[in-house]
Amino acid sequence: MAQLSPELERRLTAAVDRMPAFPKSVQTILEMTRSANCLPKNLVGVIEKDPVMTLKILRVVNSAYYGLPNKIGSVGQSVVYLGINTIKNLALSFAAVGILPRFGTAGFDVQRYLLHSLTVGSVARLLSEKYARAEADPADCYVAGLLHDFGKVVFAQFMSAEFVLALSIAAQTQKALHVAETEVIGVDHACVGALLARKWQFGESLVDCIRDHHALDLEPTPMLDCLRMADAICRKHAFGDSGNPWREEEPAHLPLRFGGMEAVVAALGDLSKHVEDARAFAQIGAEG
Amino acid sequence: MKVKMWGVRGSIPAPGPRTVRYGGNTTCIEVRGDDDSLIILDAGTGIFPLAQSLLERMPIEANIFITHTHWDHIQGLPFFVPIHVSGNRVRIHGAYDIVSMQGIEQVMSVQLQYSYFPIREAEIKARVEYVTLTGGVAVSIGAVAVTPVLMNHPVTEFGYRVECNGKALFFTGDHEPWLNIYAPGEEGHDEYQAMVEQRQAELEAAIGAVDLLIVDAAYTQEEYPRKVGWGHGSFASAIALGRRTGARRVLCTHHEPTRGDDELEKVFAEALARHPDSGCEVLLAREGLEIEL
Repeated sequence: MAQLSPELERRLTAAVDRMPAFPKSVQTILEMTRSANCLPKNLVGVIEKDPVMTLKILRVVNSAYYGLPNKIGSVGQSVVYLGINTIKNLALSFAAVGILPRFGTAGFDVQRYLLHSLTVGSVARLLSEKYARAEADPADCYVAGLLHDFGKVVFAQFMSAEFVLALSIAAQTQKALHVAETEVIGVDHACVGALLARKWQFGESLVDCIRDHHALDLEPTPMLDCLRMADAICRKHAFGDSGNPWREEEPAHLPLRFGGMEAVVAALGDLSKHVEDARAFAQIGAEG
Repeated sequence: MKVKMWGVRGSIPAPGPRTVRYGGNTTCIEVRGDDDSLIILDAGTGIFPLAQSLLERMPIEANIFITHTHWDHIQGLPFFVPIHVSGNRVRIHGAYDIVSMQGIEQVMSVQLQYSYFPIREAEIKARVEYVTLTGGVAVSIGAVAVTPVLMNHPVTEFGYRVECNGKALFFTGDHEPWLNIYAPGEEGHDEYQAMVEQRQAELEAAIGAVDLLIVDAAYTQEEYPRKVGWGHGSFASAIALGRRTGARRVLCTHHEPTRGDDELEKVFAEALARHPDSGCEVLLAREGLEIEL
């Protein structure tokens, strides 16, 4: 994996500390926690939809202090290890940072990004349950979908000038955004996301998924298969927007386990409930 | 190894005529290694009478292990008289708090503020050191090894396995067995249940077979449903943990502050009657109780 310069790594890590969470989760958590009787499952249901809150919690729970026997890969698992009250208070401290503005200085639409991440997460979970049972954990696949693109938000928030340039090059030249990012910044969002995820001691399979989700020539793991297929389905149906103006046709290397795109979409059935849930959370109507 | 209970009450001290036999002080346990190493588990108000017993033996070296930073487990610390006498050495061990982002040193700095205590931290005369522990990593104190194990309570909490020359005890601190946050049939239930069962198995493996299991048994079976999520166990869960881990003896502690001695004995007898097949000796903790392992 490419290396970040120590200075860039320091800047990005500090940036993530200051990164606010999404409006819906901040508002809902503040409302829910006014009551001491707020149900743990409701709190988990909100936190696990927010990529910023999720990655901050995974970062804390996987830190060296607790010497946990396994890497913690989901919000639910974090609750089992640290208890709901600790997770609740962590979420409140993240909520206190503020709210991520919809359009930062880079003009990147974080709510459409959120819709994309949520739907990729949901579809990746469905795919793992249907096609990779016993090979990939559904909760891990969901988190991989939710976090696969978080490097883009890091760029948008804290390297906005460079990211604007990369977006513009991608739009003008029909290059993939990750290629344009590498040209402008020296690394792409997948690489930065994976480097941060590794630094924060996330599980190897999650780090690999974030790093390799554009590396179509690599031999995929079942989890990466599910993530890439989910990403392809969501792009095809334009569920949200990951900021990537380049629209690939059906990827040349669709994992064999799925058959063709049409067959998978038919097998998954109606996705509208998942998409509507994600729209409601991302606060984007059907026209968005 | 020798164990002496100096505080067995949960939540808040409960002095008075109704608690004379079992005692009203909050959690504090003295453990002596075979080499007389002094280990103190928690610093509730029971640490004050323990401190009195140490005055004639000064200078002392004490290692205090805090299970968690709720008041009933730390409020005796400023009154642990040896910290105010030069020549003593006290090490305070405990967990990192990820919400406040501070190590265990906050137990003293929070309490020794102008508004709450007349002596400032800088004025403490003994040599006091703080050790923020890592889960699963044992600390050696003379002939004794102490291993912290992450438990379940509404704040970060370590239980401690204490071993010396082939004898072992485990103190849970405050602990509620993990529960599924989803109802049967709800989406997420089965996934969560698998994690709960894995967590329980990890805990039981970390406790291992011990000679003495000192365990949070705050509630009766009837009381527990109204206290779910408060972070405490019941007599039933305490006995079950002892049976599953193969403990030789189970010592039930963290008595409800509202429970007088007579009622405590009554509910304990009922719990024993309900679990005749525990496979281990089950005892009720009381102040002054000494057990040699």
